[in-house]
Amino acid sequence: MNWIDTILQGVLLGGLYALFAAGLSLVFGIMRLVNLAHGDLIILAAYLILVIVSALGLNPFLAALVAMPVMFALGWLLQRVVLNRVLGNDILPPLLVTFGLSIVIQNALLQGFSADSQRIGAGALETASVDFGPVTLGVMPMLTFASAILVIVGLNQLFYRTAMGRAFRATSDDPVTASLMGIKPASVFAQATGIAMIVVTIAALYLGMRANFDPTIGPARLIYAFEAVIIGGLGSLWGTLAGGVIIGVAQTLGAAVNPEWQILAGHVAFLLVLLVRPRGLFPRAYD
Amino acid sequence: MAGDYRVHARTRAATVAGIVAVVLVIVGYALPAFAGRGLIQDLFFILTMLVLAQFWNLLAGYGGLVSVGQQAFVGLGAYGLFGAAILWGWDPVAALILSGVAALLVAIPTAFFAFRLAGAYFAIGTWVVAEVVRLSVAQWKAVGGGTGTSLPRDAVDGMRGLETVKTLFGASNAAARDILAYWLALTLAIATIGGIYALLRSKRGLALAAVRDNIEAARAVGVDAVRMKWIVFLTAAFGTGIAGGLIYLQKGRVSPDAAFAVTDWTAYVIFIVVIGGIGTIEGPIIGVLVFFALQSLFADYGTWYLMALGMIGIIVMLFAPRGLWGLFSDKTGVQLFPIRRRLTGGKIREE
Repeated sequence: MNWIDTILQGVLLGGLYALFAAGLSLVFGIMRLVNLAHGDLIILAAYLILVIVSALGLNPFLAALVAMPVMFALGWLLQRVVLNRVLGNDILPPLLVTFGLSIVIQNALLQGFSADSQRIGAGALETASVDFGPVTLGVMPMLTFASAILVIVGLNQLFYRTAMGRAFRATSDDPVTASLMGIKPASVFAQATGIAMIVVTIAALYLGMRANFDPTIGPARLIYAFEAVIIGGLGSLWGTLAGGVIIGVAQTLGAAVNPEWQILAGHVAFLLVLLVRPRGLFPRAYD
Repeated sequence: MAGDYRVHARTRAATVAGIVAVVLVIVGYALPAFAGRGLIQDLFFILTMLVLAQFWNLLAGYGGLVSVGQQAFVGLGAYGLFGAAILWGWDPVAALILSGVAALLVAIPTAFFAFRLAGAYFAIGTWVVAEVVRLSVAQWKAVGGGTGTSLPRDAVDGMRGLETVKTLFGASNAAARDILAYWLALTLAIATIGGIYALLRSKRGLALAAVRDNIEAARAVGVDAVRMKWIVFLTAAFGTGIAGGLIYLQKGRVSPDAAFAVTDWTAYVIFIVVIGGIGTIEGPIIGVLVFFALQSLFADYGTWYLMALGMIGIIVMLFAPRGLWGLFSDKTGVQLFPIRRRLTGGKIREE
């Protein structure tokens, strides 16, 4: 068995999980909102890209660009109309509302697209690979990982270099004081969810190109995303990437020992990290 | 005159409700003599979901512990019972106690782990623990691994009490098993509601409500908050485990994906509690009736039904966060299971 190869594949898989998790990390970090519909929103975006690809005959990457503003608007509206009403000290209302939303999205997709599994065709890119001496890496996984890093660099720039990012951080730390300074938390939250939906669209693009998907697989993706966010620590985007990589490596190592242990190994790694560090590895904000 | 004052919780509605409850219980036990098998099966479903809902309500509504991992204890209960019946030849009815014990044994390390996590982390943590338990049980080849297994024929037919039920009602084997399971479910539901009500009326219940409303203030007056959480979590795990064992005793067949399903054993249960009214004993009772009515009327519509269920959950949470019972109780002031202590007598006018 080639351990280096296994670990590298795991790291690259972690890139995909980090993409799933980055949007969640943003929303969770700013408004402590546990969005149980996040996984289903990724699947929704994947169907949106699929529809654009087949209707307009576009390349998947261009189709994702078209889908982004649509998803941004959806996220903005969702936050403004529904989620802002349930934010507060009690975590139960947002949990239940997003849970209801998850069921609605899943079944709406089942109604619209049936339970058949789908895939976003990416042509030769799907199977292309590059030799690096002893290991061979797929182009698609490498592209996924690079995109995850780009997304995180981009979000960090937004967070630490722009007025919007300052408003995000201020609201995250203390919404009441932030609103004394002329920031409207409700509209900051809506922008943040909109941006999270752009990240969701990128995650959906790679999810759809790398493997088959159907309307019911959202919750499984959600649990990996949450694990990555929690391992990384609240409000730390690089931590989220680290979390994704830990889950990815644990899964490929587990699968190398026994294929039935893949998912289990990822969960066990998550529990072990939390046992040692209950607030994750690199928490930025304090609750 | 201090002697004129009295602190009590009883209300007139509660007295009436108590009498109605006694009548309902008697009718409930006698029902198999008149009712058809379909009704008995429906009531079994309602009663077991009610038990799960009451325990989740105890956790989230009173203990402030929002768990998304209760399916772990349903599944452990089911597998505890099947394991005891298949591997050790236990009588399935007697093995129900093992269902609770199996859930309890896993709940202890889970609590050590999960109580270190706050709020949302606790919810996700319990969910991951449930997934780990599901994936681990799927590796247990003696009870069928990932594909699951059935209760052995002789264990099913030789169940304690089955012969009595058969001679009593002249029922077939399968119908007698349904009746027996129904009686057990009814007993479990009564014990659950009675037990939770007794807990809430006791000193511990007062401590629990104090912890839920303001943990710092509760600790300042000497309430051991961590101890209360332990009591609630372990009680809920034990009860949920027995309910899980009973559900699969009636089904006669178990598989990891079904017994550890987050939708069936946690999502629906949360909907029941929220629609009915969280933080009350009446809420889950109303919720399970609404849930059952919706299911029997619209389940044929498949995806549309589930979409509607999701929408109802969202709407209730947005506009009536205390559920249907909360709406009713706020309007009328009626409480069937009152736990609030009121001071009456002396110069305070009696209501």
